[in-house]
Amino acid sequence: METARFLLRKLAADRTAALGALLILLLIVVAIAAPILSTHPQDVSEFNPPGRLQPPSVEHFFGTDRMGSDVYSRILFGARITIAIAVIAIGVSVLIGIPVGLVAGYYRNWVSDALMRISDIFLAVPQIVLAIAIAQTLGPSIENVILALSATYWPFWARLVYAETRSALNETYVEASIALGASPGRVMLFHVLPNISSSLIVRTTIGMGGTILTAATLGFLGLGPPAPSPEWGRTIAESREFLPEAWWYATAPGLAIFLVVMGFNLFGDGLRDILDPRTRRSSDG
Amino acid sequence: MRELVLTLNRLLWLVPTLLGLLAITFTISHIIPADPIAFIAGDNASAEQIAALKAKFGVDKPIPVQLWNYVIGVAQGDFGVSLYTQRPIADDLVSRLPATLELAFVSILLSAVIGIPLGVLAAIDRNSWLDHVLRVFTVSGLAIAAFWLAILFQLLFAMELGITPLQGRVDGWGPEPVTGFFLIDSAWTGDWETFRSVAHHMILPAVTLSFPAMATVMRFTRAGVLDAINSNYVDYQNAMGVPRRVVVWRYVLRNALIGTVTQLGLIFGNLIANAVVVEAVFDWPGLGLYAVNSILQSDYNAIMGFTLVMGAVFIIANLLVDISHGLIDPREAG
Repeated sequence: METARFLLRKLAADRTAALGALLILLLIVVAIAAPILSTHPQDVSEFNPPGRLQPPSVEHFFGTDRMGSDVYSRILFGARITIAIAVIAIGVSVLIGIPVGLVAGYYRNWVSDALMRISDIFLAVPQIVLAIAIAQTLGPSIENVILALSATYWPFWARLVYAETRSALNETYVEASIALGASPGRVMLFHVLPNISSSLIVRTTIGMGGTILTAATLGFLGLGPPAPSPEWGRTIAESREFLPEAWWYATAPGLAIFLVVMGFNLFGDGLRDILDPRTRRSSDG
Repeated sequence: MRELVLTLNRLLWLVPTLLGLLAITFTISHIIPADPIAFIAGDNASAEQIAALKAKFGVDKPIPVQLWNYVIGVAQGDFGVSLYTQRPIADDLVSRLPATLELAFVSILLSAVIGIPLGVLAAIDRNSWLDHVLRVFTVSGLAIAAFWLAILFQLLFAMELGITPLQGRVDGWGPEPVTGFFLIDSAWTGDWETFRSVAHHMILPAVTLSFPAMATVMRFTRAGVLDAINSNYVDYQNAMGVPRRVVVWRYVLRNALIGTVTQLGLIFGNLIANAVVVEAVFDWPGLGLYAVNSILQSDYNAIMGFTLVMGAVFIIANLLVDISHGLIDPREAG
């Protein structure tokens, strides 16, 4: 409780982190209340070809797309896809990465070597490249985007947890609990994990931004959920043949991606300053 | 001597890492629920025809044997035949690599030439309006989707203002191929008209790609300068009356750049990853565009080849970063 209050006060004092939190909150509200906030909720599945490619107006805030659907309403519903993909993909990666990192960090045998070698191989290529290969093989759908992102993202957490566990093992409190006869599982879960949680939280927040960008990139390449999904990356790809006339069609979803990723990055930076003082951001000198 | 051994050791790791990558991509491509042979054969194929096709593509053998054959093939430079170009995938990849590397090098150069001085300026004028503007720039540079930025640039500079080409790498056929790097080739043969055309086509994709890279370079240079500027040797030089300009740009910068150089591997990785979509938007005939076209054709073998080549490029880049790190910072070489 005390720590939570301390955290909140620190965050409120950091203007850029507060802005980031606001943007994330906005994303969540928009995703939940999409049916209420949207002006044309039926446009996610229904089309109106005569009214296609109309410029922004009071009726259509961000204009209409190639099917005559309201771009603004579709972006609101796209927020749901973005949240679902990012939260599940990050969740799965963390759930794989933490045990792998803990086990590899705690034990010093061939199993831990093998685990780390395998994560190194995954980390040997940029994430998007491997994600493209996986998503392409499995076919375009939300589930496969999540699968591709999780399969390529867990090694980041495995590496992080591994390094943190190795350094935690040199700390007196871990030595003490081992000397008192705590089992390996107990040491990992109740002593090591709580002490590395702050750097995990920071990485996860910043990782959300990166995952949303990667997911949008897969969508843009046609590897995301198929049409008529309002996924943001796909919408930008669809808009390209109507440029430069329908500029709003390409601009609006890109702006949405930008604001959301910006939110997670700013918030993550702020969290890092508070929780992980060793890697303070450059502005503090 | 020790340095050499370490480097050789790292180089040797390249082989098992690539083998591992190959095993991953192979596994991915062989857990596909769909049966590609049934797809090629069509609905009316007889059992014998399907068996013949399976034998032709080597998929009638057990999975480990298939993996072995694939490894042997790749080791001999055989990635299979592309469905998209109908040519050997290895030839396709080799002929497209220079276009991607040229774009990546120019972008890295651009982000260093602009990002380093701006990072220094932001650090020495800390909390000035310039520092704040640059900070907004760094934060947004890492939040913008590369393909969206590419489209916005295209919309503004090529479509509305008409001052840059919309897409492509050069007008006409390009220079006589020597290295495959068009800027070098055209300069080599003294073909300045082609050189200008290549440079003109390169502006938009290179600026798009260098945007996030520049943000990272600026951020780390700024942090490095702020760190170094508080050291004793700076106080000493100030006390000795060495001009501030000389202290900052000659002594502080050298120390500050160590941190930036360690980030170069990461920057390069992001850059070639973004190159995939940026090439697709600008129709830049490199590896990225090839991968995107292979995606459209569901050409698994080509995508596996692309993944392997990207992995090799990425690993070698990180190796070079480590070596150059040792050269700049003698403490690292130990």
